[in-house]
Amino acid sequence: MKGWLFHHLQVLRLTLNRLRATPVASLLSILVIGIALSLPTGGYILLKNVQQLSRQLVGSPQISVFLSMNAGQTEVDSVGRQLQQHPAVSRIEFVPRDQALLQLQKSTGLADVVGGLAQNPLPHAYIVYPKSSDARELEKLRDELRTWPKLEHVQLDSAWARKLDALLKFGRLAVLILAALLSFALVAITFNTIRLQILTQREEIEVSKLIGASNGFIRRPFLYFGLVQGLLGGAAAWLIISISLSLLNLSLSDLTQLYASNFRLQHLSWGDSLTLLGFSAYLGWLGALLSVAQHLWQIEPR
Amino acid sequence: MIRFNQVFKRYPGGYAALKNLSFEIPEGEMAFLTGHSGAGKSTLLKLIAAIERPSSGSVLVNGQNIGALKPGAVPYLRRNLGLIFQDHKLLFDRNLFDNVMLPLQIAGFDHRESAKRVRAALDKVGLLKREKANPISLSGGEQQRLCIARAIVNRPTILLADEPTGNLDADSASDIMNIFKSFHQVGVTLLISTHDESVLRQYQGRTIALKQGELQA
Repeated sequence: MKGWLFHHLQVLRLTLNRLRATPVASLLSILVIGIALSLPTGGYILLKNVQQLSRQLVGSPQISVFLSMNAGQTEVDSVGRQLQQHPAVSRIEFVPRDQALLQLQKSTGLADVVGGLAQNPLPHAYIVYPKSSDARELEKLRDELRTWPKLEHVQLDSAWARKLDALLKFGRLAVLILAALLSFALVAITFNTIRLQILTQREEIEVSKLIGASNGFIRRPFLYFGLVQGLLGGAAAWLIISISLSLLNLSLSDLTQLYASNFRLQHLSWGDSLTLLGFSAYLGWLGALLSVAQHLWQIEPR
Repeated sequence: MIRFNQVFKRYPGGYAALKNLSFEIPEGEMAFLTGHSGAGKSTLLKLIAAIERPSSGSVLVNGQNIGALKPGAVPYLRRNLGLIFQDHKLLFDRNLFDNVMLPLQIAGFDHRESAKRVRAALDKVGLLKREKANPISLSGGEQQRLCIARAIVNRPTILLADEPTGNLDADSASDIMNIFKSFHQVGVTLLISTHDESVLRQYQGRTIALKQGELQA
């Protein structure tokens, strides 16, 4: 076990030495990987910010629930309680019909017309603030409320949510396609780096095989190299994103001050950052594995 | 113990390198493999190290049938063999010490124990003082001795040497042969291929003579 650990540490040291031995080439590969990864990552973080911004701008959605004209006080109370206890509802606000009439008088300048009415034509109403802002969930809640007794009308303005949803979905798909393509590019870059390494170390590989090296032993340094290169490429992508976001935030602060908003672009979360690093390391490893599988068997001692 | 049973080796294209070869080298023996170049000496050694497979017949090394060995088992066979090459096959990107260290790294030896063994092997071939040097700075005879140190550091029971004195002057060659003799004395099985008649006269041992792939009586 100790020998095994020591061996792995040794391979890791060898890998870092190899990276250092060709600093320019290593730096270029790492940068290329970093740029390739920063594009989809940047798209992802942009979408995340748009989603957050839209929520800030539009505010939380609400559902207006109008009771029947013939609903008595007990029924109004019981509807209120049921709404309050509904798991999808965050809070509710009761608008009595008298108050609604007053508001109508005040806000629209129809005081004369309203004053001329023989009786109040407005029903009692509840304004429901749902927990979720997801369009589908909102519609589900609306449809459910429509089946309740003593409710005349349930109204949800979900058009904006739907539009935003569709737009975000489109954006997510675009980012996903970009990520898939550029992941492939990363694998290809590693594949080629490792191929060159195998060619230059042909002699060592051959000698090692002659003196009893297993395929695993020969493969290991190359896999490590792919893994480390991928990891460093991921770190480069993270840096590119961080610096870009900082710069954007700097120029954004002028803009947001004008609008009296404190909106700032969000950075990658810890989870996102770890995912980025893990994914890039995995892709580097995969590229190395494919390359080794493709090229190592060609080198057999003769 | 090495045993050949009616071994044929044909290469693609029909050329037969070895024809109906049967012999046995018991444990602890020092045997010489002779014949002109092209007689099949190298092919025979490659069959023992599983670098080549026999076309028919069987090659047994320490009771293992080499022809039937799975690819995954080949490395473990080679760790029990010491291979010495005419062209040394040294690595010039590392010093003497690390060259000899390689087999132990491959076998996964403990680091401190390996360092001791490497120094012992280098001492055995008289190169201990130059452990930090690069093999490129060694003479032909010294490079061959380094190759031997790498072959024995694993303490194999069988040593195979392909023309170990081929390119060396008489003094260096006798150095090498003396080293081999000392291994023979501690019970290692040796098979040394050579076309050098003087070596054969100097050292008594079994001789397996090949002519155009066949055993000569």
